[in-house]
This record gives sequence, structure tokens and C-alpha cells, in this order.
Amino acid sequence: MSIYMDNAATTMQKPDCVIDAVVNAMRHMGNSGRGAHEASLDASRLIYETREMISDLVNLGSPRQVAFTCNSTEALNTAILGLFGPGDHLISTVMEHNSVLRPLYRLEKEGAELSFVPCDASGMLCVDTLEQYLRPNTKGLICTHASNLTGNANDLKKIGAFCKEHGLLFVVDASQTAGVLPIDMQAMNIDVLCFTGHKGLYGPQGTGGICVRAGITVRPLKSGGSGIHTYLKEHPSEMPTALEAGTLNGHGIAGLHAALGFLKQTGTDTIHKKEISLMRRFLAGVKEIPSIRLYGNFDTNERAAVVSLNIGDYDSSEVSDELSVTYGISTRPGAHCAPLMHTSMGTVDQGMVRFSFSWFNTEDEVDTAVRALKELAED
Amino acid sequence: MRQKEWKLIITFHTTSDAIAFEKACKENGKRGRMIPVPRELSAGCGLAWCTLPADRAEMEEFLHTQNICSEDIAELLY
Repeated sequence: MSIYMDNAATTMQKPDCVIDAVVNAMRHMGNSGRGAHEASLDASRLIYETREMISDLVNLGSPRQVAFTCNSTEALNTAILGLFGPGDHLISTVMEHNSVLRPLYRLEKEGAELSFVPCDASGMLCVDTLEQYLRPNTKGLICTHASNLTGNANDLKKIGAFCKEHGLLFVVDASQTAGVLPIDMQAMNIDVLCFTGHKGLYGPQGTGGICVRAGITVRPLKSGGSGIHTYLKEHPSEMPTALEAGTLNGHGIAGLHAALGFLKQTGTDTIHKKEISLMRRFLAGVKEIPSIRLYGNFDTNERAAVVSLNIGDYDSSEVSDELSVTYGISTRPGAHCAPLMHTSMGTVDQGMVRFSFSWFNTEDEVDTAVRALKELAED
Repeated sequence: MRQKEWKLIITFHTTSDAIAFEKACKENGKRGRMIPVPRELSAGCGLAWCTLPADRAEMEEFLHTQNICSEDIAELLY
């Protein structure tokens, strides 16, 4: 028996319609924007429709401002390196994943200045301290919507209002929340939103994107084939082509298109409610185990369905391995590419064992995981 | 080869704009189809909307109402 509870890494179980769409695309799809024959046009049509679906999902207001990337990391690199430069001061948070931190550190080496907003003991962002990080050269604020480690979510409306008030560009990493929590780019004053397709959107790996508010120019990381302006020496500047050099992952985007259809039909709210209900069942079970230490704030359901924990002083890798080998339960131990968050929570040495739930998990699976943890804790 | 006839050709800056226009045309019952950009037109996008010259005013108005930017609108033998 195998129980998959590493959905914050990727939702391994996908709706059948997603798998069927990828297979169908691999049989029939041409290269989008590379010809006017039906196979190419079909690819262009499907990709355009997917832009519309993403634009609607996050209330961007313009499908042309959705550019596809191969994941959040590519989108975040594009946003951070394409908007900011030497001399700029940027505010970020200790909740960030390395996909945000490493491009920021690269900018720092090139002459940018960085400040990181801390979290409290439960891993909640100290959002009321934002003002104290402002400098005359502060140009932007980059933050995650929800921590991939604790599942705690940030109040994007509040942070977006702060950015608007102080004229900062607001870049959001929605890796853990696209398809999970409501995102309204206009109401939240988000300038650039980066997402991945293979987590809460239930699409294939190798899909993701960057949503850029109209009027904002992001310098592209790549240049190359575009299907347009062939004789120009520079890559075209019009969105979305500006940020899409080379052949798109049309097969993957076909799967993402089906996944977005699944989300719309099922309802993101319905999916989130189920995931949170599984998370609460798991929490109730593990809270009874004396040696278990939980991380994160569970006062609200406005969060990702993630529970990270440790058993006593056991190495998280050891616990995760035991869960995998003895019980067939897949979890993620270690540092989760979130170095500042582990530093903040005091778990650099031990790491954490992360359980993350999806639409495809069941109450029986949750109960099995709780029993497994009880047995391990009693060892 | 087919005998050439006068056509109205609309070109676009990006593939997305071209596809957005095609979609809008289909949804609103406008006649025409997507073609590769003819060599007479130096257009940004490799796709162009091809319809009849008689539709010019209607197409210009439609582009405006759909908020889609064309790169060029030309009549030529195609």
C-alpha cells in the first residue's frame, strides 16, 4: 500500500482528464505560433484558452499578460532579475523558498540591498513591522502567499495595500496557493504573480507561469525563437511573447488546461475545504501524541493543507524514511529549500517532517498516518 | 495554385492577439480564417486574419470593440 502525502512538493495524483489531455496533445498537437496549419493553430488556440483560464483564476484582467514558464522558479527568476537591479533595495520575508532567495542573493552580489521580514514563533509573518524596512531606494517587495514549510498564509491584501501606499512593485510567489486560496491580483494590488502548474492546480510538471499586470515591463531572461518578428535582432517586446522564447511546453499546457477545467468544475473552494478537513483530522490525531512537536499556526483555514512536525529529537530524515519503508507513506523531511524559515523555527539541525494533503487523499489514509506516527513515537 | 482574389488581411503583433481575434470572430459569427502572413505584409506575427474587402469597416470596428491591436490592415490579392 502506498500513501502519498507530499503534495506540497507536487500533487502526484492527477485527475484522469489531465493525463488524457497530455496524451491527446502528444498525438495531435503542433507547435503553437509556428505556422497557420490546423495542428499549429489548435496548439495556439488551446494555449490561448489556458491563458484566459489563468487570467480569470487570479483576476489579472488580460490573458495576454500571462506568460508560460516551466515552473515557479523560472517565473520568479524572470520577475526578480527582470524588474530589479543594482542600487535597488528589496524587502522579502524569511518564509521564502530558495526560488526567491537565490535570485535575490544574486542581485545582492550585483549591488542590490535586501531586508527580510521575520516571523513569530508560530511562523506567522510580522506584517505590522513592514514600515520599518522602508528605505529611500526601496523598489519592491517579494513574498510568498503561503509557506511551503508551515502552510501559513500571508495577508496579500494588506501587504499589497502597503506596497501601493509606498510605490513598491509587489511580486508574489503563489507556488503553494494557486488553485488553493483565492487570489485577486487587482484587489490585492499584485504586480507580478508567479505560479507553478503541478501543485494546487493539479497540472503536469514542467508547467507554470508569470502573470504581469498590464503596463509593467519585465526584462526577459531568455531570447530566441518567437514565431514573430523573425528579422529583428532582439526578442520581441510584446507580451506574452516577450517572456516566452522558444517552443512552449504545449503538451504540458494541454494538461494544465484540463486541470483548470477540473478545478472550475469541482470548485477550488470545495477542494480546499476537503484538503483542510483532512489536515484538521490529521492534526487532531497527532496532537494526542506527547512527543510530537507541531510547527505553524492552525487558527485559521486560510492556509495551505500542510502539517510539519517532529518526533522528539529524532532526525526528520530518519522519521520520513521509516514512514516510507515501513508504512509506505510519502512525506518530505529536511530543509524543504526554505533555509531562513528553518533558521527562524530553530530546526536547522533536525529539519521537519512535512505532511501535505490533496483532493485525492482519504480519511483512511490520514488515520493510517496518525497510527504510524503513534507507533514511531512509542518506539 | 488557386486563382488569387482581393482579400482583406489583418496582421497582429503576437500570436496571442491573432488567436484572441480568431476566437472573437468565431464567437460573433464573423467570416474569415487564419492564414500565414503573405510576403507583401511585413508583420510581427506569422498569423493573419483573412476575409473579404467588403468587411473592412466592420472588422475595424470589431477590432476596436474587442480591444485587440492589429499591426496592419491591407487589401491585396491572395
